[in-house]
Amino acid sequence: MKLRVGHLYPDYLNIYADRGNIAVLIERARLRGHELDVRAIGMHDRVPVGEIDLFYVGGGQDREQALVADDLAAKAPPLRGAVEAGAAFLAVCGGYQLLGRFYRDVAGVEHPGIGLLPLHTVAEPRRMIGDVLLECTWAGRTLAGFENHAGRTLLDEGAEPLGRVVAGFGNDGRSGYEGCRYRRVYGTYLHGPLLPRNPWFADHLLAEALAHAGGPTELAPLPDELERQAHAVSAERARSRGGRF
Amino acid sequence: MRPPIPLALESAALRAAGTLSRLAGRGGGTTLPGKLLWKLDPGAIDVLARRLPQGSVLVSATNGKTTTSAMVAAILRPRVRVAHNDSGANLVSGIASTLLRAGEAELGLFEVDEAALPEVARRVRPKALLLGNLFRDQLDRYGELEIVAGRWRDAVAALPDAQLVVNGDDPQVGDLARLHDGARVFGLDDPRRARPALQHAADSKYCLRCGTPYEYAAAYVGHLGDYRCPNCGHARPPLDVVGRDIELDGLDGASFTLAAPEGVTRVRLALPGLYNVYNALAAGSLALSLGVPVADVGAGLQRFSAAFGRFERIAVGDRRLLMLLFKNPAGANVVVRTLVEASAPRVAVIALNDQIADGRDVSWIWDVDFEPLVDGLDALVVTGERAAELALRFAYGGLPRERIEVVPSLGKALDRGLELTPAGGELTVLPTYTAMLALRRIVAARGHVANYWETAA
Ligand SMILES: [Zn+2]
Repeated sequence: MKLRVGHLYPDYLNIYADRGNIAVLIERARLRGHELDVRAIGMHDRVPVGEIDLFYVGGGQDREQALVADDLAAKAPPLRGAVEAGAAFLAVCGGYQLLGRFYRDVAGVEHPGIGLLPLHTVAEPRRMIGDVLLECTWAGRTLAGFENHAGRTLLDEGAEPLGRVVAGFGNDGRSGYEGCRYRRVYGTYLHGPLLPRNPWFADHLLAEALAHAGGPTELAPLPDELERQAHAVSAERARSRGGRF
Repeated sequence: MRPPIPLALESAALRAAGTLSRLAGRGGGTTLPGKLLWKLDPGAIDVLARRLPQGSVLVSATNGKTTTSAMVAAILRPRVRVAHNDSGANLVSGIASTLLRAGEAELGLFEVDEAALPEVARRVRPKALLLGNLFRDQLDRYGELEIVAGRWRDAVAALPDAQLVVNGDDPQVGDLARLHDGARVFGLDDPRRARPALQHAADSKYCLRCGTPYEYAAAYVGHLGDYRCPNCGHARPPLDVVGRDIELDGLDGASFTLAAPEGVTRVRLALPGLYNVYNALAAGSLALSLGVPVADVGAGLQRFSAAFGRFERIAVGDRRLLMLLFKNPAGANVVVRTLVEASAPRVAVIALNDQIADGRDVSWIWDVDFEPLVDGLDALVVTGERAAELALRFAYGGLPRERIEVVPSLGKALDRGLELTPAGGELTVLPTYTAMLALRRIVAARGHVANYWETAA
């Protein structure tokens, strides 16, 4: 069936290979006979409520985040409505921060978030850069990736993290948690080619989008030999050198 | 506080350390003495730099700094004895090593890492500073592009008396000319060579002043071009040195007309691609600021042959290797564009390592426009520490998986690539930095090329 993806601010928030995540979603859907219709939702564009099964927002530098923050605030009501109606959402790095209540950058400037996720973020001078490995007990799987952020993200009491940090910094380098889950929304600092080397997570997002679209959520397994190799190397990197300043 | 060691004694000891390291085969010993000096007495670098009778010049950029500084050296060498860190050791320690070996040199010519520029400028106090471009590169090391740009602004502000030469086609870099009296601005003016649209990896797309996307009358390489903000009018500064009438001759070379207030000359390069026209224009602009006549600038650039490893052909038995370094999205995009415009390879070996010099974060390969290569490839051998990641990049970029071979060992990948290349043919090899060094060692061990510290001597 046809799945509709809304890519928020692709011209602004694309610092780390976000198009790789989109390419993986398109191809893995195609191999199962589904078609992904990806449309850009840019500055001043209307959020087509009810017409999007999966939203995507990527990462940017402080400057780009500041450029989109006001526009995103104006889009908060329709985005919240879509999420409450069951739309799926993947938010990476800078985009993840903007889904919280606010992001205070290193200069102390506070950018409003849209309060979709129960968290806020405060930047500190020392960036947390390196390989990360997460254990997602809710899925019985691991996620391997790379993080690079000055922001320390603090989850509200009772908020669900995306995973427990096995190696790396995660949300704030202290809590032992990374990312956040709420309904079908997933926020994470694992940027760029997160989905190529974590194909189960790509398939999970596709299943969430299919559920919103009212289709069958079963996805036939794919060979994924290259994906397994890439995941193994990335996970090993996190174990040997993740989470160090 | 420990008293500083007398310089003469220290230099002798450090030179000995360099010889030992070279004998031990540890990468030519190019930076060990400098690292020792940097540890023992960092202020000694300032003292050594002040001994150069004609002072120093610095060259920095994300892309092309090695090639550009080698071009500057080729232009200057007939006129002045130059101390140049030509092995690419471009952090403070590498510059310290070059100063230790400077001997009778009159002028220091230093290629400097983007992030190291403020520290090096503060110690060396250059008389001229050439700033070429800022692209996203190894954000895992540098943080954000804006942070590097801010440091460059501070470095320029701290050198009010230095001659500043900047690329006006880069919004962040060109804007530095407005902070500095008498800056020399260079750029291209040949809309026939422009891209129809900004490539995906373009970095500085938004107006520095107001954040509106720039409009480009011409975009040449990445975000470099003739830009203007439709909202506030922030635009490319007026050019002092212009490259125009550019002719690209596939992989064999390029030529252009260099027009400066001092005169006009036609430049022929033995290097391919528009990015090397930028490098040559940058080098020529700096040389003009140092008082070299325009005709000598053209002649020097012509004499210049490819800087080590960035672009080279190596005969291996009855086949050839064509080796091109790729290291960040903008740099890789020009490599891909140059290859495809010359003749797209049917077999290639692409090597991705993730050591510090390559960037530990390999996400950037997803921002490279590899797609133009995909259609022409019958076979791709991916290799290096992150070979599987590269395989995924091409698989999701549309290359059928059965055409991709994952061979993590560089030596075996090279053998496999040569096996797939017909006799008399050429194998395209695209390595990241440390993979390139390792591949060169492998090829050298088989007797095909000399080690670089031998050729660079
Ligand atoms: Zn503007």
